Formats: sequence, C-alpha cells, structure tokens
Amino acid sequence: MSQHDDEATGSAVEAHTPREVSIGTAVANSDAVENPGLPPHRERVTDLDPRKDRQMSRRVVALFLFSILASIFAIVAYFVWPIDVSVEGFGTIRNNNMAIGIGLAFALLAIGTGVVLWGKNLMSGEEFVEQRHGTRGTDEVRAKVVKIFDDANKESGFGRRKLIRNTLFGAIAAWPLPAIFLFRDLAPAAEPHELLRHTMWDAGIRLVRDPDGTPIRAADVTIGSAFHVIPENLEEADHVLDAKAKAVVLLMRLNPAELNEREDRKDWSYDGIVAYSKICTHVGCPVALYEQHTHHLLCPCHQSQFDVANHAAVIFGPAARPLPQLPIEVDAEGYLVAKSDFTEPVGPSFWERER
Amino acid sequence: MSTSTVTPQTRGSRFTAAAANYLDERTSISGAVKELGRKIFPDHWSFMLGEVALYSFVVILLSGTFLTFFFDPSMTEVYYDGEYMPLSGIHMSVAYHSSLDLSFEVRGGLLMRQVHHWAALLFVASIGLHMLRVFFTGAFRKPREINWVIGFVLFVLAMAEGFTGYSLPDDLLSGNGLRIIDGMLKGLPVVGVWISYFLFGGEFPGVEVIPRLYVLHIMLLPAILIVTLALHMVLLIVNKHTQFAGPGRTNENVVGVPILPHFAAKAGGFFFLVFGVIMLIATFFTINPIWNYGPYDPSPVSAGTQPDWYIGFADGALRLAPPNWDVHVFGYTLPFGILVPMIALVGLLVVVAIYPFLEAWITGDKREHHIADRPRNAPTRTAIGAAGVTFYAVMWAAASSDIMATHFMLTMEGVIHTLQALLFVGPVIAYIVTKRICLGLQKKDREIALHGFESGRIVRMPGGAYIEVHEQLDEYERWRLVSYTDYAPLMIRPNAKGRITATQRARAALSRWFFEDRIVPPTKGEIEHAKEHGHH
Repeated sequence: MSQHDDEATGSAVEAHTPREVSIGTAVANSDAVENPGLPPHRERVTDLDPRKDRQMSRRVVALFLFSILASIFAIVAYFVWPIDVSVEGFGTIRNNNMAIGIGLAFALLAIGTGVVLWGKNLMSGEEFVEQRHGTRGTDEVRAKVVKIFDDANKESGFGRRKLIRNTLFGAIAAWPLPAIFLFRDLAPAAEPHELLRHTMWDAGIRLVRDPDGTPIRAADVTIGSAFHVIPENLEEADHVLDAKAKAVVLLMRLNPAELNEREDRKDWSYDGIVAYSKICTHVGCPVALYEQHTHHLLCPCHQSQFDVANHAAVIFGPAARPLPQLPIEVDAEGYLVAKSDFTEPVGPSFWERER
Repeated sequence: MSTSTVTPQTRGSRFTAAAANYLDERTSISGAVKELGRKIFPDHWSFMLGEVALYSFVVILLSGTFLTFFFDPSMTEVYYDGEYMPLSGIHMSVAYHSSLDLSFEVRGGLLMRQVHHWAALLFVASIGLHMLRVFFTGAFRKPREINWVIGFVLFVLAMAEGFTGYSLPDDLLSGNGLRIIDGMLKGLPVVGVWISYFLFGGEFPGVEVIPRLYVLHIMLLPAILIVTLALHMVLLIVNKHTQFAGPGRTNENVVGVPILPHFAAKAGGFFFLVFGVIMLIATFFTINPIWNYGPYDPSPVSAGTQPDWYIGFADGALRLAPPNWDVHVFGYTLPFGILVPMIALVGLLVVVAIYPFLEAWITGDKREHHIADRPRNAPTRTAIGAAGVTFYAVMWAAASSDIMATHFMLTMEGVIHTLQALLFVGPVIAYIVTKRICLGLQKKDREIALHGFESGRIVRMPGGAYIEVHEQLDEYERWRLVSYTDYAPLMIRPNAKGRITATQRARAALSRWFFEDRIVPPTKGEIEHAKEHGHH
C-alpha cells in the first residue's frame, strides 16, 4: 500500500490510467449508507407573505436612515463635546470619546444589521450546488508544463552547462552576504560583554535615594526599612536610563543577629545594612517588593523570591542566582558609600557570564 | 457582452453598461467576475471566525493609519508639558509624550487608540479560534495543508504585531515587557548578548528600540502580513471552502449561496457588525490607560500587572520554571530557567505547524477532503487538540499566578506548584477524558441512527407492559450521523524486498494509537436489520 501511494503523488504525469489515489487506512464499505440528496427547499416567511416582505424592507430602510443619522451625530458630537481639559477638566475627554464613539458605533451596527437582514430575508434564499474539481491540473496540462521545462532546459543548457549554473548559484548565494555586515552598525563598535560587567558604582560613590537624589545617612536607616537607591553621579551618565538599568540597588537594614553573612562578605555590610542589586537575575525586572518580617524580596514580574537574610539566595521562582551584593561602608560624614562596583554582572544570565 | 444584444432601457443601466465595457476592454475583468461572481460558499456559524479575524485586521489598518499621523516614535527625552497634570514636568520620551497627546488633546484620538488596541486583541483571539475550528474539524487535510501553514504564519505575525505595537508608547508596563524580552534574548546560547545588543542599539534600553519597533510595526510586519493574508485568500478560493456533512453535500460538491449577491451581503454586513462591536467596546471600555503607568524607568514596577492576553502563555511559561537552573558547560552559562520555557513554547508552535503532515502520514490517505469532520468522529485528533489547548491554557493561567493567589487567598507557591503539576498532568487528563467523550458521543450517534430517538411517548401494551416508543430519524437527519470516514489501524506488511522497515513499524504504532479505539459507522444492512428487529 505505502510503496504504491508514494508513486501516486510523486510523478508529474501518470504512467498508469486511470489514476488511483491511495485511501490509506480508510475503510471503504460497500454497504455504506447512501447520501439521500438535498432536502426539499423550505420557503421563508418573507417568500410566502408579501406583507412580511414589505415589513422587512421597511425595517431595512429604517436601519440605513438611522445609520445616516448616527454618522451625522458623530460629526455634531465632535463640535458639541470638544476636549477642553484646562477649563472643563478630564470629563471632557470621556464625553468626547463616548459621544463620537456612540455615533460611529451605531452608524456601523445599523449598516451591518440592515445589510444582513436584506441578505437573509429579501435576497433569494435558494441554495446552489457547485461541483468541485480536483486541485491538481489535468494530465494534459501537466504534460504541457513538463514539456515547457524540458524545452527551456534544452534551449538554455541549464542542466547541461553545469559550471555556468553552479557558479551562478554561488554568485547569488554570495550576493546577500554584505548585507549581514551592513547590519553591524545597528549597535556601537564596543563589545557588549564588558559593558554588562560594569555599573556606575565605584569606591566612595554615595548611595542616594531614587528618584530625589538625597544621600542616605546610616543612622537614618532603621531596622526593617528599605530604600530604593541610585548612585549619586547617575545624572552624569551618557545615557541615564542605560546606567540606571544596571545600577539600581535596594538597601535594607536587618537585625545583625538575623543576618547570615558569608565569611568573605562580612565587611560588605554596615551594622546590618545590606545593599543588593534591584535587577532580577531571571529576566531583569526590578525586584521591588520587600517583605519586612520575612526579609524576602519579591520580583512582581515572575514571582522570584530572594532571602535577604541569607545573601539574597533564590528561595522560590524561576531566578537562577542570588542577587549580586553591593559592598558598602560609611564615609567620614556618616553617609553610606559603595566600597567598589558589583563583583559580578547584574541582571539576567548570559552565555559568557562566567568567562 | 450583453451590450450588443440587449439595449439598456434606463440611463442608469446605459451608464453601467458603458462603464463595464470600458473597463473590460482594458482589463478583461469579465473573466474574473465570471469565475468568482457566482462562486458558492457553504454556510456554518463557525466559518465566521476567520471572517472576524479578517475584518478586525481591516479595522486595525484603518485605526492604525489614523494613529500614525499623531504618534512620534522618538526616544528623545523631554519634560511633559501637556494637559495631564499628574505627569506635569516629568521626564519622558517623545514617544510616551505623543501617546499622551493623541489620547488627551486630539478629538477622537483616545477612541481610535482604543479601537486599535481592542481590534488587535480581537484579531489574535479570532485567529486562535479560527485555527481551533480548522483543527477540530480536520479542515487542514489535503489539499489545505499549505494553507494551514500559511495561516499559522499569520498567527505568529499577529502576535509579533501585537507585541511590537504594545511596546511603542514607551510606558512603564511596555518598558518592563521589553526588559523581559531583553532578558530572554540574553539567555540564548552563543548569540544572545549580541542579539540584544543589536536590537537595542547598545545597552538596554538605549534610544533606538522604539523607532526600530515602529518600522517593524507599521511597515515590515504589516507588509508581510498583507501578502501572507492575500495568499491565504487565494488558496481559500483555489481549494474552495470545506462544508459539514449534510444531505446532498458530498466530497465532490459545494452547497451554499453564491458570492453575488447573497454571500457578499452577509459578509459585507458582517464586516460592519464587527467594526461596530469593536467601536462600541472602545467607546465604553478603557484599554491600556498608559497615563496611569507613567513613563518607562528601569527602577519602579507595579505588582499585579498583566501582559496582553496573547503574550500570557509566554509570560506564564517563564514563571513555571524551577529556581536555580543555570547550567555551566565549559565555563559558559546555559540559563535553563529561560531556555526550557522557550523550547516548550517553540515546540508547541512547531507541533501546531506540522500536525497536518503528521496525520497525513499516519493515515496514508492521499485523497482530497472537503467534508469537515465533526470533532467526535476523529476522537484521537480531538483528544490531541484538547491536550494541546490544556497545555496552552495552563501556561496562560500561570501568567496570572499572582492575581489568582491574591484574589483567592492562596499562597503564591501553592498556585505555581499546582500549575507546574497541571502542565504535565492536565494534558493527559484532557486527552483521556476528551477521547472517552468522543467515543461516547459516537456510540450515541450510532444508537440513534440504528434505533431512533426516545419520543417521550409511553404506551401501555395489551399485556400490561409499558414501553417508550422510539421514533426513527428521517433519512436526512440520519445522514449527518452516519457519513464519516472510518480508518482502521495500519497492518504491518513486508515491502517488496520482504522486509519490514522501522518507518513502517513507527507508522503502524502511531496508526494503532490513532485508530485502535473506533466506532464504525452503521451500514445500510445494519439499519435495515435494526428496523425489522424494532417491529416486533
């Protein structure tokens, strides 16, 4: 069966007639029920009763007239309900939106309803039967097509002059290659990986509040509080948002007794104050929600949870790594400053991250 | 043609004849009208779903064109000086500023933005439902496999259009959406960082991405979409529409109404209805109130936000990955927490795209199929579809895991763990239940075709016994129940060389899986027999 059907569809012109199309594993039953043919046509009420027909045509006309009125209403509404926020307030936007919208909506709905009613009730309801013809071209046409290709092949030598043909293929394949290089300048010349490893943080840069930029005194950070933090020199960046997208930090103070610090990071915090990157290690949303009594940070995008008391380890959700910690200390005036940049790239994992 | 034989009576018809003659002598359009004018379209409510998609796309084009006259995609930073006081003096991009202006300072601007957004949501939804209709009725079978793939491409393009459009206003939500895309791109092995770097024109967010997405959104993607849509329509005409089994309807004919005038009236009227309903929704229901979110800033985010519905399954897939899933190979990082959900999404889409070829290979049926199956008559296909829908639905639900947790007082972890389990168990349950329901319905159909239906009339027999009278169906009603293609599992037979190949074995195993449980349609003989038996 299967050997046969591969032939049946593969060749352009059938060798054997009549052509047989494989029915595969379908079951052909000689005792199958026969198609009873089209049922008798049923007249509609508008076909039988001229009064109903007239009634329907009046209804359709009324709908079209109503549509014209609705369109006019939309134009009138444009002037009658103008937008005037400074004098009349925001209600004018809503009124303008509603009035024009109602006019347009009813103009459209009335046309639609009218045309459909006309079609369904007044136009001929008769069903027609059309024969299908197989999608494939007839064998006669296909034989002609095969001959066209044969002739073209002979006249051009496409199949015979292989060197010409193959070098043409090569040239056409090579031609788009320069386009790939033209797209290189979609991004700057610098390698992206180095950019991902550095942020604006550096030794001595003050931690300031986002967005007002006021510095934070260690004494002002009470136990249980959390601050949204940016570097004090953020506004000096070439692209503020690019710099901010890497440098945002969350600052929290925990009871030092509850803070479980890694041995090598003991001096990265100050009296229970710790600073972690706010950029989720999953796909980069801001990890903005802090739950004070559990010391958990939650990313609202995909619900990754990080335990601040435990060097921001992932305790739930799809994030792959703890949030990077920013080493901090206090300067001579008592303000919180960074000890250095982050020691690892912030944000989502990428291929060359550990390199 | 008729101008020479029939002399038009009125001025109007003389003009029409002259105009038609002028046009035909220069375009030979009469041939096209002859071919298409009285083409027959079959009727069924489910055939409307594709029409809804087509018409909402037209609405998108119209409203979108209006928006382009007012929207400026620049990411240049400005201070807001418009009418909306709460944002006064706030730093934002020109793109966000102009989105606010076209909402608040252009009469009808907010309306058109809402029409555009609602129509886009409806567009993707109707494509999805249309695909489900085609799938569950087997309308993707020969000769329509290629048109299925074209339709699939349209579905993907519609989602791409949706996402690029959603990103354009450069508000807080859309910016976070782009940030997620950036994170997903960066997770790709080898090329990830570079792709993100090229898309954003440097580091995230940069100042290039909105103008680039704008070009994709209003030029490149729509152009591809329109060409693909045209191909879809051409193949629809070449293949002609499928029809459901019914008396007088065969695989060799089409029964329905002609394009001119009846189908044109119904379809044309329906366009206005679809447009009108979208307009009504846009009039009364706010969508994407960007002024509440503020401009994009990488630091703030609001809890409980949701993407547009059609991106939900992708966002949900990301949420279902387990924690701490980075894998290191030779010092390189493979973020499985991102890659595995992406593979699941792409895998689901690939299975959808190739399904027609898979089923064709299993049945080996090379005939053309123009009769749409009732879903129950292809139990395994319907069950596979139900499993796929469940898989999609679980991922989609996961995109609202936080909302479910807060609304129903559940733990976030509990919701996610349940959905993680459902992702694997749900499709299996859906498969089994659907297949059993289909077989049950088929049995019931067979029963009714053979023995008729319960009339509700109780008769007391002379001997005192009570029976309920069964009434036979008429032949038209019966035909709907008995006319379906029945497949038997493939029998393994040695080929010409006397061997049984591994491919044959695989095909036979799949064929058994598909067709082992089957209800055979009743034959003429069985119906005759049942009739005689019934008159005891």
